[in-house]
Amino acid sequence: MNAAWQIEVRLAPGVDDAVGHQVEGNLGWIGVSKGLSVKTARQFLLVGDLDRARAERLARDLLADPVTESATVHDHASWDGRRAASVTVYRKQGVMDPVESSIRRGADRLGCRLDHVRTGTTYEFTGTVDDATLARIGSGLLANGAIEDMKVGVVRIPDVRSPSAGAFGRREIPLRTANDAALEKISKDGGLSLSLEEMKAIAAHFTAEGREPTDVELETLAQTWSEHCKHKTLTGGVVYNAGRPDEMRFSNLLKETIKAATETIAHPMCLSVFHDNAGVIAFGDDDALCIKVETHNHPSAIEPYGGAGTGVGGVIRDILGTGRGAKPVANIDVFCVAPPDMAATDVPKGCMHPLRILRGVVAGVRDYGNQMGIPTVNGAVVFDDRYVGNPLVYAGTVGLMPKSAVTKEVRPGDLIVALGGRTGRDGIHGATFSSAELHAESETVDSGAVQIGNAITEKKVADVVLTARDRDLFRAITDCGAGGFSSAVGEMGAECGADVVLDAAPLKYAGLSPAEIWISEAQERMVLAVQPERLDALLALCRDEDVEAAVLGTFTDTGRLRIRHAGVLHADMDMNFLHDGVPKTAREASWEAPAPQPDPTVAPGETGTAILRLLSTPDIASKEWIIRQYDHEVQAGSVIKPLVGTRHHGPSDAAVVAPVLGARRGFALGNGIAPRHADLDPASAAEAGIDEALRNVVAVGGDPSRCAILDNFSWGNCRKPDRLGAMVRCSVACRDTAIALGTPFVSGKDSLNNEYLADGRTIVIPHTLLVTALAIVPDVADCVTMDLKAAGRSLWQIGVSKEELGGSALARLAGTLGTHAPRIDGARAKATFAALHAAIRKGLVASCHDLSEGGLAVALAEMVLAGEIGAEIDVDAAPAASGTTLTARLFGESLTRFIVEVAPGRDAEFAACFAGLDAARIGVTTEKPELVLASGGRRLASLSATDLERAWRPSLSNILQSGISASEAH
Amino acid sequence: MATPKVLVLRCAGINCNEETAHAWNMVGAEAEQVHLNRLLESPGILDRYAVVSIPGGFSYGDDIASGKVLATELTIALGDALRRFVDRGGMVWGICNGFQVLVKTGLLPGTLRDGHRVAATLTWNDSHRYEDRWVHVRLDGRLCPVVEKDGAVIELPVAHGEGKFVTGTPEELAALEAEGRVVLRYVSPSGGKPVYPENPNGAMGDVAGICDATGRVFGLMPHPERFLTPWQHPRWTRERHRTEGDGLSLFRGAVRALKGS
Repeated sequence: MNAAWQIEVRLAPGVDDAVGHQVEGNLGWIGVSKGLSVKTARQFLLVGDLDRARAERLARDLLADPVTESATVHDHASWDGRRAASVTVYRKQGVMDPVESSIRRGADRLGCRLDHVRTGTTYEFTGTVDDATLARIGSGLLANGAIEDMKVGVVRIPDVRSPSAGAFGRREIPLRTANDAALEKISKDGGLSLSLEEMKAIAAHFTAEGREPTDVELETLAQTWSEHCKHKTLTGGVVYNAGRPDEMRFSNLLKETIKAATETIAHPMCLSVFHDNAGVIAFGDDDALCIKVETHNHPSAIEPYGGAGTGVGGVIRDILGTGRGAKPVANIDVFCVAPPDMAATDVPKGCMHPLRILRGVVAGVRDYGNQMGIPTVNGAVVFDDRYVGNPLVYAGTVGLMPKSAVTKEVRPGDLIVALGGRTGRDGIHGATFSSAELHAESETVDSGAVQIGNAITEKKVADVVLTARDRDLFRAITDCGAGGFSSAVGEMGAECGADVVLDAAPLKYAGLSPAEIWISEAQERMVLAVQPERLDALLALCRDEDVEAAVLGTFTDTGRLRIRHAGVLHADMDMNFLHDGVPKTAREASWEAPAPQPDPTVAPGETGTAILRLLSTPDIASKEWIIRQYDHEVQAGSVIKPLVGTRHHGPSDAAVVAPVLGARRGFALGNGIAPRHADLDPASAAEAGIDEALRNVVAVGGDPSRCAILDNFSWGNCRKPDRLGAMVRCSVACRDTAIALGTPFVSGKDSLNNEYLADGRTIVIPHTLLVTALAIVPDVADCVTMDLKAAGRSLWQIGVSKEELGGSALARLAGTLGTHAPRIDGARAKATFAALHAAIRKGLVASCHDLSEGGLAVALAEMVLAGEIGAEIDVDAAPAASGTTLTARLFGESLTRFIVEVAPGRDAEFAACFAGLDAARIGVTTEKPELVLASGGRRLASLSATDLERAWRPSLSNILQSGISASEAH
Repeated sequence: MATPKVLVLRCAGINCNEETAHAWNMVGAEAEQVHLNRLLESPGILDRYAVVSIPGGFSYGDDIASGKVLATELTIALGDALRRFVDRGGMVWGICNGFQVLVKTGLLPGTLRDGHRVAATLTWNDSHRYEDRWVHVRLDGRLCPVVEKDGAVIELPVAHGEGKFVTGTPEELAALEAEGRVVLRYVSPSGGKPVYPENPNGAMGDVAGICDATGRVFGLMPHPERFLTPWQHPRWTRERHRTEGDGLSLFRGAVRALKGS
């Protein structure tokens, strides 16, 4: 007999309700006065062959903790479920809820078969509050309308079932006779994001074929030709500053800048670059490392938790789908958001408060990475008002694979096998959505584009893929990312052809149209090309590990993509047109240097105050609140952790991981990002980004001569010449810097259209280039950290300080852009990195820290606070270009500079490493944990390690932990 | 006794199996990673092993509560087999999520000497956040054979959101302590009473790890398998005296006890 029960699980009396307290603390964000107290309860709606006794058994033995919780069982049919002063939140029907399958599994074991499970959370309020306020609290703090429903005053979760199956015939879209306006309307109404030129090209192609395209064909083209998948802007033609002395012309910007650098360098470590899902470099004789960094910006703006989580899930699948599969061994996350203490009144209509976004994306990265068992070891957070409507979420993964698995091939006759999660209606049009601009209605219009991940499903998929690889059970693999099956099968079959039968795809629920199945971006799916004789072994392995697999069809030698569903042919397309038919863009670009602004100055007597202020700004302040929520040690390969020093509280320059258990070879992972330099000159942002990423990995012991880099551009609307001009300038500088340093780009990605339209005002993000560096560490026992180690040792500055305060943290604090953004001396930088690495390998370096935001003063402060050892510094002794002001020596952000604590008695050897380069002894370490800076015989500042730590460590964590009060919010 | 064989359990969401197997192999045991489904198909394979080691991770996503679904599977499908395994001298280890699983099966803490079944759970950290950090713990070797040096203070990493050990009553905790069942206890770096984050989760009695009445069922929140070499320690670049990680001694102690029996 089928019955429905709702089980309510509450905390036992006396158990602290931490979730309730968190809500209480956050009421201020939406302007509700504090003083309300909040209690939470978990809700489970269970439908199945279940009498009351069994429902009570499930409540007791499965759902409620015997010590800390108690459960109440309600008969769903006869229960009105009313409760005053309550808000209940639950997933919308059809949105992935990973808990559902776990409850079914547990209930199965307890002898109860469940047909249907829904879960929710109730928040009960004590204090004076009306329903309108509750609704505001619900939508502002508790529920995300993109994925969740909520009810005020009712805790009963509706028993809504999945939609029933429909019949789907072949549907043709008449393009051949459509005029321009009609073509544009078809693209817009269908959410296809195809331009008029592209629609015309499609119409012309099908006119030549003598028929109309089907909806499935048109959707396939829209996915494959999307900016997200095709990178039309970067691979298109560009004319830069036409008619001016600095005019440049490109027929393929990406190929002639980023990729050209890699070709010129021709580094022997590069095994596979730019054509697979990740770049691959050699790691020892038999292994390889692959790396990919992706953005998941638009989904994270709408649903930070799900967007960031699926961003992580997606890039992990890129690694699983590189070559014949790599094991994910390290994760990277970088966020760009508006300041978390932004006044609520400054947040434009339709945008979430940046604090809510930041907390959400941290939780999303945390849960997905931790559950997958991949250490999140490296990251950064950048704050700028202009990210308010378009927060950026970069997620990256490093993979380890045998060299023998680097290549793959698809042969006609191979079976198309889909593996992993089921296909649902989630994530329809993600690829085309991410290629459009956001606006105040995006949250409601585009909720279908939001996906929720299930890390445990992906972990099972990863285990199966790696075992199947080692047993040689497939020939090729790729991930289902943007565009779903359409992109995965389309790419794999591009050179040969594919016949697909969509009926075989495992679905979350009936009722999906063929087009929906084909383009759904449901998570945790991979597509494999399987030799027919290996299929049984692969399916058996999948059964052993509880992973679903289905044969979707066959790769062919027809050069055509054919898709059938219920016996009907829904697509029969030319692969060449699909992949090469997109019209080339030709765009104009222009760039003009902005007017310089005055540089900031710090009076000598204000040096100490300026250091403390810089240390407490969110960009520089400790990210410990975030870092500690990531498991950075799972897999047991962590050698240099994100936090180092006497009490593990100082900021490490880079992470080092030894991914092979029992072996001492490893890799260092660092990143550089300098969007404020881009305000002055996008070329500086490229040079500073690459230099910083290199500085980070070299500072801990990474080998600069075996270092790969990645470019991730997040930009505004590049149909506008000024945005594209900045992109050109940045790309050219990427090429020149990479060549000068000998560090090849091995992978990259771009995310365009990061602009937000609100109240008639367009907010454009800063031009944001993230550079990620992956350097080989020959022996992890040689690694170095940034915390000062002992008193009585020499401190050296490596590299030369110049009058470069433009775009610096100090300039920002002073509210000015500054005059000169830092520029690189490529040849000298290469020699400096090599010399420092040699010194580290010789054991001459006790500690090393790179100079980045806040310059020399902040770097020294961090070394002192992390090591609880003092430093006495003569600022005048540091290498500097003539005429460099004291402010620039202390706070300027010139590139390729480090502070090194030299191992005792090794100064002469150390100096010899830097013959002909810029290096000078600038001071000594002291027992008393205090930073003392002097210039011209005058003491500029003396700050204790305690004072430095107090300024640096809690400021950002406090905001993230406690939220902002109502008075700050309004 | 010959080389002890260790069954390192795998299932959906367990993710510390490889480093756990590596740790067992480093101390002379022979670890095999076995999927739960194999064990459910043929519980008799337990006879081949001296140790069942349940690694850390997020079994079934820790949905409902940490370790709950796997605990339900083990209790219903393998409860009797596991009890027989322990009765014949087998050792059961649970690290982090594995500890949560063992507590939720009731195998830990199990009963007191007087037969009273202790009510206990591992619940949300006081911070209500997942946190990864290093802690100091003092070892109590009165009952549990894995402890090589009674009273020693060692360092290990913790990484969990639900690690706060709670018993139904304070008397139950006191009884566990009296019986020598609190094998690992959070202490301050100098060995004194810890405050947050030295006790990272607010556990009652600063409990970090416990054993059952036989001493052979052992669970702990810290991750000994993450501290096997000196380079895994967060301060190794400033403290160069270590020749091995502190976690190794627990695995070695277990193997020594098994070989001695």
